[in-house]
Amino acid sequence: MSTVKLTVNGKAVAVDVEDRTLLVHLLRDHLNLTGTHVGCDTSQCGACVVHMDGRAVKSCTMLAGQADGASITTIEGIAKGDELHPMQAAFRDNHGLQCGYCTPGMIMSAIDIVHRHNSQGAGGQLDEATVRQELEGNICRCTGYHNIVKAVLDAAGRMKVAQAAE
Amino acid sequence: MGVEGIGARVVRKEDKRFITGKGRYVDDIKLVGMTHAQFIRSPHAHAKVKKIDSSAALKMPGVVAVLTGQQLVDDKVGNLICGWAITSKDGSPMKMGAWPAMAPETVRFVGQAVAVVIADSKNLARDAAEAVVVDYEELPAVADVHAAIKAGAPQLHPEAPGNQVYDWVIGDEGATDAAFAKAANVVKLDVTNNRLAPNAMEPRAAIADYDAAEEHFTLYTTSQNPHVARLVLSAFYNIAPEHKLRVIAPDVGGGFGSKIFIYPEEMVALWASKKVGRPVKWTGDRTEAFLTDAHGRDHVTHAEMAFDASNKITGLKVKTYANFGAYMSLFSSSVPTYLYATLLSGQYNIPAIHAEVIGVYTNTTPVDAYRGAGRPEASYLIERLMETAARQLKVDPAALRRTNFITQFPHQTPVIMAYDTGDFNASLDAAMKAIDYAGFAARKAKAKADGKLRGIGVSCYIEACGIAPSKAVGSLGAGVGLWESAEVRVNPVGTIEILTGSHSHGQGHETTFCQLVAERLGVPISQVSIVHGDTDKVQFGMGTYGSRSAAVGLTAILKAMEKMESKARKIAAHALEASEADIVIENGEFKVTGTDKAIAFPMVALAAYTAHNLPDGMEPGLKESAFYDPTNFTFPAGTYICELEVDAGTGKTSFVNFVAADDFGRLINPMIVEGQVHGGLAQGIGQALLEHAIYDANGQPVTASFMDYAMPRADDLPSFNLSHTTTLCPGNPLGIKGCGEAGAIGASAAVINAITDAIGKNNLEMPATPDRVWRTIHAA
Repeated sequence: MSTVKLTVNGKAVAVDVEDRTLLVHLLRDHLNLTGTHVGCDTSQCGACVVHMDGRAVKSCTMLAGQADGASITTIEGIAKGDELHPMQAAFRDNHGLQCGYCTPGMIMSAIDIVHRHNSQGAGGQLDEATVRQELEGNICRCTGYHNIVKAVLDAAGRMKVAQAAE
Repeated sequence: MGVEGIGARVVRKEDKRFITGKGRYVDDIKLVGMTHAQFIRSPHAHAKVKKIDSSAALKMPGVVAVLTGQQLVDDKVGNLICGWAITSKDGSPMKMGAWPAMAPETVRFVGQAVAVVIADSKNLARDAAEAVVVDYEELPAVADVHAAIKAGAPQLHPEAPGNQVYDWVIGDEGATDAAFAKAANVVKLDVTNNRLAPNAMEPRAAIADYDAAEEHFTLYTTSQNPHVARLVLSAFYNIAPEHKLRVIAPDVGGGFGSKIFIYPEEMVALWASKKVGRPVKWTGDRTEAFLTDAHGRDHVTHAEMAFDASNKITGLKVKTYANFGAYMSLFSSSVPTYLYATLLSGQYNIPAIHAEVIGVYTNTTPVDAYRGAGRPEASYLIERLMETAARQLKVDPAALRRTNFITQFPHQTPVIMAYDTGDFNASLDAAMKAIDYAGFAARKAKAKADGKLRGIGVSCYIEACGIAPSKAVGSLGAGVGLWESAEVRVNPVGTIEILTGSHSHGQGHETTFCQLVAERLGVPISQVSIVHGDTDKVQFGMGTYGSRSAAVGLTAILKAMEKMESKARKIAAHALEASEADIVIENGEFKVTGTDKAIAFPMVALAAYTAHNLPDGMEPGLKESAFYDPTNFTFPAGTYICELEVDAGTGKTSFVNFVAADDFGRLINPMIVEGQVHGGLAQGIGQALLEHAIYDANGQPVTASFMDYAMPRADDLPSFNLSHTTTLCPGNPLGIKGCGEAGAIGASAAVINAITDAIGKNNLEMPATPDRVWRTIHAA
């Protein structure tokens, strides 16, 4: 057993876990943050994607201990109170989800994609082909990705506006 | 239609919880004192279970029990059932081998459970499962249908000699032979419909909780039809009588058919929770999903189509071998028979059809309904045949279809189905216009100049949905009726709860079902909630599959609404001192037509519950229920056209355009309908290009993870170009046909027809991987 100290959604936590515990299980089983899902056992599906120090990671593919000292953001931590994150709103407005199981991981990956491309300034325009290629690590069985791609492109615009405003 | 009524693109009410991480799936639920189950599964495709040694596992701290198949037998837990009886052509009933939830003696596919460890944590259960030693005696195995029916093949079940479940026929053989004897042209085709793994993103899971004092079970499970699960668990598996078993299917992360069936794991969890006296949770991992979720498709077919001199189809002969895997899953027997062969007429006038279907056991995971269930296999076969015929007869593929379209309705096919309505020319026209079919030759020539092989492929599908008229399916061997139930509860403050036997696992019922209420009463959908997925809340229902929730489930809600409105109208008329016939419902008010007298709906509701001033003899309250049994199947149909390019050097396929023109009758929420089509198309294209559940000759699965099984990813698919044509379904008052499966039914033929057009060779099997396409291009 080890104590892992980390910040989750802005809150400092210390959790005693078996050494073999994966980050996703720390989040789900110890902190009851069940929005992060497990959809496979080979790091393929991306249902478990969270942000570690601002970067998208597959939380099923790292030990909880590897997140010691890190700041983790999960799907539960991206809205500001009742105000949805632009990516969450874009998924809803574009019908970018059906069963909802892959959705948290999709949204967390998509935010990371937009951040990386928006931060490249004027040269960082996201297009459909780039979004499709960047979503390679997230599997959805319901939507055929059509509306997910639309949602990500829509959110990229909304996030740019939000960034400019800040 | 109003902003939230029928036809409005209302964003989904259920989305907020999913996009904020507040969905509640089975694995998210924790119960006090909960234990965890880990199944011990056979690594062999066929073997005798000689001995199970649990002694080391039982000594491990935190291990509560190790339970085996023999204990299930000792406790008289029933074997798994198949709920649709099929009769062979010789009059004999189908031949079923026994399927115990854990194998006491013989395992027949890799992944079949032989024992289960119950422990305090998931990790402990996994560790202990490693310590259980199972002694197997390997037996010869067979995975391929043709190998399985050969003399001398390994035999799976003593009940089914020659591994044959049934040899079933439909249609008029004499008339069909006569048509072929007179044919001007005969087109022949051999096709394999590749086996698929459904892969809903949420793996199956179950939590069973036994209350010893009440002798009552609660089961949380990933089900598309919790009431059917309770019925089967009670009536056939001796778990508990229905009033002592509550089944809850909370948020469910996709189904696609695979969560219709009642699997061994739920049964074992229930039984084990009573045995150990604590709640038992099982959550499958992805490999378990590949090994144990019922697979789909897996047909091998030879077909011949006869044409007269004017290119009219005169006859169709089909012989199909259907691989059922090692056991007959719940509805498996109906899939390659009544859900497949009854659709073999496609969109065409075919005077004579004869089909024979041979169901075969193999040492593979059981096969059952997967999105489309039989209808994709039929549609793929017919549309490959039509394209092959057009090439052989040297006519335009779209024109050949037009020559043979059914244009008069109702139309009785020679294979049971009576199509009620449709306009196949309209959807073909719409798709051809959308893709600029006329301009294709020029685009192909330009692509050729650029060194690319460009092809176009048409697929005109029809399916039977709204499953189904109970009397009709009963006469065909179904063990259940396929009506749906609904209850409308109006609260004293005028908010409304709709209870439905349909189950939403991505389809958006919490939005679309509210839209019907908004349409009729003019109340906002925020005043309406949908209750489903819990046998303690909803009295009974048949669940969601076969694109039935709108055509059957929503119609049941409509019927209950009409009853409720009738009573509310009487209350309003009484309150307004008007004649009931003069009451109209508008914008949430009951009005006396032609006057300014009105009473708001919440006041009508309140009046029903205060009961201070009701018409003489009227019962208080405002709650009505209905059961709706459809009068016929519904027949969604449409045309899909795919244009793509093939790189002759690599065999790689790239989409240029994919258009879909569907006729689903009335659309409740076009946004949600389009989403259903997108997802269906992705599964159909996945089957055509990527997906294949493969076994080696010894029955070892070689595609049991996402590393090996090619799921469609975002960059494998194009954006889709959708449109709709409309003929209203005359079989239900809303005119709905159903949209959940069409994409998966129609897409694969369009893709393969396009690739074979591009490469100029007709024989290409699915999935058309670059390797396979390259080999086909370069084959002698």
